[in-house]
Amino acid sequence: MNIIITIVVTALAVLYAGLFKAKKALLPLTLVGLLISLAFAVTAWNSNTVYYGMMEMDNFAIAFSSLTILGTIFIFLLTQNYFAKDSENVAEYYTLILFALAGIVIMVSYTNMSMLFIGIEIMSVALYILAGIRKSNFASNEASLKYFLMGAFSTGFLLFGITLVYGATGSFSLHAINQYLVGNYQAVSPLFYPGVILIMVGLCFKIGAAPFHFWTPDVYEGAPSLITAFMSTVVKTAGFAAFLRLFAGTFAPLHDFWMPPLMAIVCITLFIGNVTALFQKNFKRMLAYSSISHAGYLLFSLVTLTANSANNVMVYAAAYTFASIIAFAVLILVKQKTGHDNFESFNGLGKRNPLVALALTIAMLSLAGIPLTAGFIGKYLMFLNVMNEYQIYLVAFAILNALVGFYYYLRVIVAMYFKEGAEVVLETPIQYKVVLILSVIITIFLGVYPTIILNLI
Amino acid sequence: MEQLLILLIFLPVVGALVTAFTGNAAKHVALVFAVASLALTAVVAGQFIPDASTQFVVNLPWIQDLGIHFHAGIDGISLITVLLTNVLVPIIILASYQHNYKSPAGFFALILFMQAGLLVVFTAMDAFLFYIGWEAALIPIYFICAIWGGKDRIKVNMKFFVYTIAGSLFMLLGIIYLYLQNPAHNFDIQAFYQLHLDPVQQGWIFWSFFIAFAIKMPIFPFHTWQPDTYTEAPAAGTMLLSGIMLKMGIYGVIRWLLPIVPAGVQEWGNTVIVLSIIGIVYASLIAFKQKDAKRLIAYSSIAHVGLISAGIFALNTQGMQGAMIQMLSHGVNVIGLFFVLDIIFSRVKTNTIAELGGIAKSAPKLAIAFLIIVLGTVALPGTNGFIGEFLLLIGIYQYNIWAVVFAGLTVIFGAVYMFRLYQNIMLGKTNDLTAGFADIKGTEQIVLVIICTLIIVLGVYPKPILHLSEASVQQLLEQVNQKLTSVK
Repeated sequence: MNIIITIVVTALAVLYAGLFKAKKALLPLTLVGLLISLAFAVTAWNSNTVYYGMMEMDNFAIAFSSLTILGTIFIFLLTQNYFAKDSENVAEYYTLILFALAGIVIMVSYTNMSMLFIGIEIMSVALYILAGIRKSNFASNEASLKYFLMGAFSTGFLLFGITLVYGATGSFSLHAINQYLVGNYQAVSPLFYPGVILIMVGLCFKIGAAPFHFWTPDVYEGAPSLITAFMSTVVKTAGFAAFLRLFAGTFAPLHDFWMPPLMAIVCITLFIGNVTALFQKNFKRMLAYSSISHAGYLLFSLVTLTANSANNVMVYAAAYTFASIIAFAVLILVKQKTGHDNFESFNGLGKRNPLVALALTIAMLSLAGIPLTAGFIGKYLMFLNVMNEYQIYLVAFAILNALVGFYYYLRVIVAMYFKEGAEVVLETPIQYKVVLILSVIITIFLGVYPTIILNLI
Repeated sequence: MEQLLILLIFLPVVGALVTAFTGNAAKHVALVFAVASLALTAVVAGQFIPDASTQFVVNLPWIQDLGIHFHAGIDGISLITVLLTNVLVPIIILASYQHNYKSPAGFFALILFMQAGLLVVFTAMDAFLFYIGWEAALIPIYFICAIWGGKDRIKVNMKFFVYTIAGSLFMLLGIIYLYLQNPAHNFDIQAFYQLHLDPVQQGWIFWSFFIAFAIKMPIFPFHTWQPDTYTEAPAAGTMLLSGIMLKMGIYGVIRWLLPIVPAGVQEWGNTVIVLSIIGIVYASLIAFKQKDAKRLIAYSSIAHVGLISAGIFALNTQGMQGAMIQMLSHGVNVIGLFFVLDIIFSRVKTNTIAELGGIAKSAPKLAIAFLIIVLGTVALPGTNGFIGEFLLLIGIYQYNIWAVVFAGLTVIFGAVYMFRLYQNIMLGKTNDLTAGFADIKGTEQIVLVIICTLIIVLGVYPKPILHLSEASVQQLLEQVNQKLTSVK
């Protein structure tokens, strides 16, 4: 609870600081607030505090809160002068991101359906505004509108599903719903099944799994890059945590029922994400589609439920988050300098910007899943997970998709190192360097010695 | 003892990191580290007791929750490949001295990094570690070929990369499957050897591994990436690929395929031998028609590897021992050939056979060295190629007489196209291009002297090398036969 309070108080403090034009204080204030909440999260380890049956700070919640807070800190470090050219009131941006983060912490720790809904809404409303925060930019407005309409639509599905489940069980509490399933396993109310499916659809909208992904590329492309980075890393991780809490925990007894449709979603997501990413000319749009394909890999953890499912998602999400942050950081730098974000603008980058190019290379190798990077461990765990039940065809299908992935991730590397370009020298502020180096270290460290987070949850 | 192997594996990593920051002095630094590795290998080889045991064993817990250990060791089979790697890498670095590569620090650091990956592959006793090394060797060579290669490098290397990684991903699938079958839930090679899989399972595992190995070697019909990649790669890249990297596939077959899935090998071995022999004939015929010398050598390499693979799948001591020594000889010879072509290319900027001729007149030293290497390649008695091919052919003969008839064609065909190559490049009329051809000097001379010495020494007195691997090879074959009889 003190995590959420700290984040919200920080958000309000930042808003006031903005009101009194204390522009220099905004970033330090935010970072201090986030670090305090991170400290609260870490110290709450193993405490399992339950808040009135609504939220539970178990290790699962703490691990995912910490990851999302850390991701947010990294993204804040990248805000250096980023928003300043769009608007006078930078404080709004900061506050909205912090509010979204507060919603996210609720999403990873809820034990009650109403809290799930509240968490998603707190997060989403902030994001609708953030996506459209460039008021005079057409693409940004389009992104905001699409995101809002699709988000509202999917929330409708989610709510309808929750209602049906409530109708069947008479409770919003995850524990009570689970008890109902275990107790009435032979005679689950017919209302329950459509409820589960509708909730699944609603959540798949949120995490951008195909065939509910159509908003993702346009929104990711239209929104400011930093907001896209936030959406595709922190928000996505939160969506998966919420998904996992419900399906791997509460709905686990009905696994046989919801697994086949989920498997279909996984296959479609992998295929559409990878194949479409292959044809993109724009780096940012490629990242958007690749994020869809990563949603597919992440869902592997729900296809076969094991004791490690949650932890596997944690590892994969961590790998994906830090690699994506690098990718977006470099994207922002390149766009600032060249004005474009297509693959050609990366041409010849390696010569003059060894650090940036190396960081992006490692990020791409991690996203592609090359050994000795965190991304490989993540993918490996996911494959191992489904191989436990010998779903070899699914793994073989995933491997073919991973191959397609290699191809488009390598394109950036090819552009940076192998093609001749304008030899621009990027202006890399110190904060960017810090984020890049830290993310690279985390990516390599988790790839070489993942033991520390393998049995976290 | 175990520190020695850790040192052996990580010295190139340290070397790579140091070299990366040395700017224009990189080649000297890289050479120092490569020679240090070679010295260390000499120590290892000196302390090695040539019996069937695995020595210098390192077994450290790495990712314990997943049953992954840093488990490596050296037996006779590993030692040959480790020797091959650590002898050839310094030669390759020295052979790159004459080039002025842009950003040399990166270039030489990548070579050393690849060396570490190769050493992991050749010593790993843990399947996961083996896989890591397998990929860790691929990434550097991809960058070497794609950054410093010829004009088609991007497209060609993309094909190479996607091709090889496709193979290795299916191997990973096989490794995970074996891991799940293993009651101890680890990746230990001895545990894998003891698994009892039914023939159907073995068939699947066989293909999941074999495709990865076949792509790397390459065996017909998985070879289509190879000629283009060899041709477009920088000289050092071609040498690394043909001299050392393709041995990863051969080593993988011996170490991981035969003992783990003998029934699969028995069922599909015939198919592989047929593919290998088709490859031999097919690649030799194509080699005849090549206009580019580098492509010709690339195809001849497919033919030679086909012979090695057929010898291994004949599953007898002669074939296997022939494969061991031939791995070493082929590595030395092919590097020599590519180096000679590189010298020629650096002077006259072409490797097109028709445009060359009469070089021997103005470059007698090069002509002699080239001749020795060609003789080694065509397996003249007294050169290193002879003993290997001889043993391989005996092995294949014991397997099937018709197989040896066709496999033996490699020797005849090889002699024809190699001598023709030599004749067209070195002898005949001098043209405008080759008129003022400068003879070899400096590092070129050193490299060629080393290579020629190796060719002759290994040819005249191959016994120590054969002796190193003999016990291990025999034990391996016994293991395979034992497992086969127990299945029946």
